[in-house]
Amino acid sequence: MMWRGGAQVVSLGFKSLMLHKLRSALTTLGILIGVAAVVAMLAIGEGASQAAQEQIKRLGSTNILIQSIKPPVNEQSSGQSSWSANIYGLTYQDARRIRATLGPHIELMVEVRLNDKEIRVADQWLQSAMLGTAPDYLDVMGLKVARGRWLSDTDNRTLANVCVLGGNVASRVFPMSDPIGSVLKASGNRFVVVGELEPLGRQSGHVGRSIDECVFVPMSTSRRRFGEINIKESGGSREIESVELHEIKVKVDTEDNVAHASEVIKNLLQRSHKQQDYSMTVPLELLRQARESKRRFQLLLFSIALISLIVGGIGIMNVMLATVTERTREIGIRRALGARKRNIIDQFLVETVVLAGAGGVLGLIVGLLFSWAAHLFWDADVYVRPRDPVMAFAISGLVGIFAGVYPAWRAANMDPVEALRHE
Amino acid sequence: MTQPPEPAPCVAELSDVRRHYQMGTEVVRALDGIDLSIRRGEYLAIMGRSGSGKSTLLNILGLLDRPTSGEYSLEGKPVSTLSDKQLSEVRGRNIGFIFQSFNLIPQLTVLENLEVPLFYQNAIGPESRRKAEELAVRVGLSGRLKHRPTELSGGQQQRVAIARALMNDPLYLLADEATGNLDSNTEAEILTLLDELHAEGITIIMVTHNPAMGDRAERVVWLADGRIHHIEEHAR
Repeated sequence: MMWRGGAQVVSLGFKSLMLHKLRSALTTLGILIGVAAVVAMLAIGEGASQAAQEQIKRLGSTNILIQSIKPPVNEQSSGQSSWSANIYGLTYQDARRIRATLGPHIELMVEVRLNDKEIRVADQWLQSAMLGTAPDYLDVMGLKVARGRWLSDTDNRTLANVCVLGGNVASRVFPMSDPIGSVLKASGNRFVVVGELEPLGRQSGHVGRSIDECVFVPMSTSRRRFGEINIKESGGSREIESVELHEIKVKVDTEDNVAHASEVIKNLLQRSHKQQDYSMTVPLELLRQARESKRRFQLLLFSIALISLIVGGIGIMNVMLATVTERTREIGIRRALGARKRNIIDQFLVETVVLAGAGGVLGLIVGLLFSWAAHLFWDADVYVRPRDPVMAFAISGLVGIFAGVYPAWRAANMDPVEALRHE
Repeated sequence: MTQPPEPAPCVAELSDVRRHYQMGTEVVRALDGIDLSIRRGEYLAIMGRSGSGKSTLLNILGLLDRPTSGEYSLEGKPVSTLSDKQLSEVRGRNIGFIFQSFNLIPQLTVLENLEVPLFYQNAIGPESRRKAEELAVRVGLSGRLKHRPTELSGGQQQRVAIARALMNDPLYLLADEATGNLDSNTEAEILTLLDELHAEGITIIMVTHNPAMGDRAERVVWLADGRIHHIEEHAR
């Protein structure tokens, strides 16, 4: 009986709303736009934020990245001869100190040095970066060996002239044949190819070189064969640089220790470097910042959504007040026929909730369609959390109740005698 | 010597009912001490000039308004002290209203209009539907249950209203100028219908200033200045 009564109240609400189709539709539109905006904005905002967080996570949440950067050229050095060596960046000393200070907190640590070289394979020439590193590099970077093997500790100890090819190098230089066992030459040295990596496919690398384009050699071999001086020739001028290490990557044992470790490293480097010739990247820190900015962004969205829903709610309240006045006599009749105040409140509240609910459902559909279109046509990253539509719908229902309470209360508290006399 | 017939038991009783309104600094005594018993099954007319207190008395009899002082009781139970909610429930169960302007709800069909009083008693179901159909036949509206009020003539609308007033088996029908908006032919039809209902034992209280209608009642209460001026008894 209760349920039947409830269904009847709802069906009555629909009937009354259908008496004024245009008015009901326009009122619903207010909520529809609000909800659609919330759903679409949340989906696009969440998508962008997730893409950014994904990128940061790929750097590894327990990693700390330290890179050599060329310090800004000052007046004095620019006046000097173009032959002067430019010495900067991270040193072997830095790496040793970090290792010694952090000790047990380091799970893995690899150093990277890069030498741009012309590589000759049989009769081909190839411009590539020779990347000197340690065996741990493979794990730290999350790389996989496609064929052959990776660099070993023995290679490093014996200064072996071996190399492993990055994913794209192998297919470029040896499109047909198996590269393992082939020999390539760089700076007059011969390197035997012992392995080939799977291509990573995404943009990831060191100091502007993609990992897939590098040729990997043992760190000790790199130091011995190539020395510390890198000569770059560009536009007729020669630039001579001396950089011991281009990058140090530290993988800390737990996320909790990342902040402490990065502080220690910062202090260490500040003491030994007179100029800012290095940069530190802490993905966990970036992740925190990304989350923080996402939170702020969501607050902004929430405010916009709130404003639009308040506007929609005011629209509903306005219409319901007009409806109540218009139906004063009906209220009087119903009261005379035994309706309690409560029944009148229910009746009008149901109408506002139906209006707002319809706006909520349609707004949800429009919002999802819009997000989908944004993904399709603008290639936007879109992500709809399951709770967002539910929330949008719940909020629209709440707005309906909020906007409906006062008009319904006014309807219920009319004097039945006055209401019946109303023309 | 014959004994006077045993008077029928009272359905409603007013004792020294007063209703005063504050209009600015002036107190308007719309009702100023009404004593009246309404007998079961009687046909009562309340008449008087406008301003005599007819409407105020109707509102009190309809439980839409409360006396300022005095007591009003239905079947011996005082109702002046009931809460608004209780008053609504008593009104819904015991009183059948017939209004001058019919007062049907336009967005509902005839059937739905008939069911409104039972809706507020949570008594909608196959039974209420059967009752609505029976009453529609009784007032001469069979086959119109799916129509909307606007598709009916004035006389038909008032028949719907009478059927609606009977849905809750009321203690009395309370008719307020029930034929005021109808032409004389239709008025006669409606009055005949009320006569028939009365003959079936329904208590009718009619508020009117139309002497032709007063003539149909068994008893006419004449109001003047908020008091009962005199009571006419008509032999039937």
